[in-house]
Amino acid sequence: MLGSEILVAALEREGVDTIFAYPGGASMELHQALTRSTQIRTILPRHEQGGAFAAEGYARATGKAGVCMGTSGPGATNLLSGIADAYMDSVPLIALTGQVPQAMIGKGAFQETDFFGMTLPVVKHSYLVTDIADIPRIVKEAFHIAQTGRPGPVVVDFPKNIQQQRAQPVWPEKVDLPGYEPSPKADEVALNEVLGLIEKSERPVLYVGGGIITGEASKELRAFAEATGIPVTTTLMGVGAFPEDHPLSLRWLGMHGCAYANWAVSGEFKPRTNPGDPMELVAPGADLLLAFGVRFDDRVTGKVEKFCEHGTIVHIDIDSSEHNKNKLVHLPIHSDIRYALRQLNGMLSRRPLQKRHTAWHEQIARWKAKGPLRYTAKEDVLSSVHMRDLLAGREQEAIMPQHVLEVLYELTAGEAIITTGVGQHQMWAGQWYRYKFPRQFLTSAGLGAMGYGYPAALGAKVARPDRQVVDIDGDGSFLMNVQELATARIEKIAAKAIILNNQHLGMVVQWEDRFYGGNRGHTYLGDPRNMRAIYPDYVAICKGFEVPCERVAAKSDLRAAVQRMLDSEEPYVLDVITPYTEHVLPFIPAGRTVADMIY
Amino acid sequence: MRHTISVLLQNRFGALTRVAGLFSGRGYNIDSLNVAPTHNPDISRMTIVTRGDDATVEQIVKQLNKLVNVLEVQDFRDHEYVDRELVLVRVKAQAKSRAEVMQITDIFRAKIVDVQPESMTIEITGDEGKVEKFIELMNHFGVQELSRTGKVALPRR
Repeated sequence: MLGSEILVAALEREGVDTIFAYPGGASMELHQALTRSTQIRTILPRHEQGGAFAAEGYARATGKAGVCMGTSGPGATNLLSGIADAYMDSVPLIALTGQVPQAMIGKGAFQETDFFGMTLPVVKHSYLVTDIADIPRIVKEAFHIAQTGRPGPVVVDFPKNIQQQRAQPVWPEKVDLPGYEPSPKADEVALNEVLGLIEKSERPVLYVGGGIITGEASKELRAFAEATGIPVTTTLMGVGAFPEDHPLSLRWLGMHGCAYANWAVSGEFKPRTNPGDPMELVAPGADLLLAFGVRFDDRVTGKVEKFCEHGTIVHIDIDSSEHNKNKLVHLPIHSDIRYALRQLNGMLSRRPLQKRHTAWHEQIARWKAKGPLRYTAKEDVLSSVHMRDLLAGREQEAIMPQHVLEVLYELTAGEAIITTGVGQHQMWAGQWYRYKFPRQFLTSAGLGAMGYGYPAALGAKVARPDRQVVDIDGDGSFLMNVQELATARIEKIAAKAIILNNQHLGMVVQWEDRFYGGNRGHTYLGDPRNMRAIYPDYVAICKGFEVPCERVAAKSDLRAAVQRMLDSEEPYVLDVITPYTEHVLPFIPAGRTVADMIY
Repeated sequence: MRHTISVLLQNRFGALTRVAGLFSGRGYNIDSLNVAPTHNPDISRMTIVTRGDDATVEQIVKQLNKLVNVLEVQDFRDHEYVDRELVLVRVKAQAKSRAEVMQITDIFRAKIVDVQPESMTIEITGDEGKVEKFIELMNHFGVQELSRTGKVALPRR
């Protein structure tokens, strides 16, 4: 067999059914071998970055490793953002790259980059194939490493001359990685201590993250929360780990999280406008924080010393390097989260908790009443010049971005898989759609990579054709991978996109308004010579791609338009014109505390 | 604070770069680094001497443990380990100073490994204190070139 054929056969043995691959000189041998595979569907993205994000969408929607491939040099560097994203958000991703022939490595050959070296800080592991006999072992190890423990990206760089060699593959039975222990198990004593802490606590909160989803522990988490009656807040990565319509749900916390989630964790303080003023406590937050599968990200904690300042913190994580990394905790437990929760649930069923935390639940109910998510259509909507002509005579009909999500939630009965780009629309998609199952909200959380939404939706739709998949995007983010409309059309992938089009980079605009006196630093995306028009014209762009698209600017047209989009059996883009004056609230400015929250 | 970290790792392509990258990626300098195979040619031992606050070094140790090719990591505390370093130093030694250099070499149980008309090359092995002291003394005569292995260490157990 050719080296290229051994690689493809190895992928088949790992159960790969889809690969997002863009060919080039150093990887065309692999594409030749892929044409002979009956198991693997090769999807041609229109840019390697789109391919990497699509593979991530596939992986996030299923938990199985997503596979993408590019040629050497620029093909590989274009994959880089996807690899970094997978690293930050612990997504199992296999990134295959062609490499120039071994004899050419280090010679500055055409389309040569040291991709192994370039990706070192953003991979869980990586390989440069140097011997054809290693291919079966490398591929088996790569999938094992990507998908077990804390998942992550694995790069396999594959020189062309080895693709062209011939050998008889020897398939290893199992992986042999003596230094790799993916499933640590919590010690019984520590778990008992957790239950003791709950029994003693007055105000416990569960703060859970993406680890619950990657650890397939949602069911166990729900059982644990219900057995203990502890309210649950998730991180953005943890959205869907716990049903948001559950009475114990506090939804997500952090910079743009729910006010009541932030209060429940860190306490409610008298609002202050000057960060130099003292923090005046109104009602105390958690005295026990159960941090399960989280990493105390700065977008969650704000000023980290003030995050749950007076609570005892238990941190269970599969990755011990997360313990005490950003926040010193009282009880770090190194464990697979599903194992730990199963053990805890077992203990609880043998010896049910006595404590009921009634006063705490009353306090949380008061907070939920005091600080719900809200928005109002404001007077200044028509200062968004781009809306004036479209709304002439219907000025009261401006569409607020949050409203679009409410309509979508209603019309999909909360069952759609939502992907996002990065920015204001991403936060609104998290806030105004409500999520009930894991792998329902796919977003570039850690890296914050614009352009993620639509290719990720393609990957998710390929993996879950039974589900409605909708990319909620911004006009800035959508344009960054707009070429993937061609992939959707040609490959018949019926992923939908709603562009919340405010003609600006909304999140940066929001920061400009709050902290830079509204001075616009290259955050306007429209045509400065004709600010009343919408630029670019997405309806015309989509026409070129032969993807149906319509523009909506008035509220009374919205519902029917969303329904038409959902009913379409094809990819479909809805360009919804929204004001740029709207800010995402609540808002805890970076590095500040819950006392500085604007809500 | 100064840390001596010992890492056992599989002798694989790129393993050294991965380890070094964990230090450089955090703006930490490596004072010395020694790496060579153990009695098992598939496994190498690395001894790293670095400076940093305890929390950051703890992070680095945990990150080292996460590397797929790393089998074991130890952050040595005082007295938990024995360490040695080998130094080759070429020192100026003319007729009038040669006897004195030889005498000091003898006191330190070092070894003269090469003699030239104007210089001598001396090999010294020892722990950090001894080696530093010897180099300091040789500086009086004029050190022309120096090469050291960096610290190698083994736990006492």
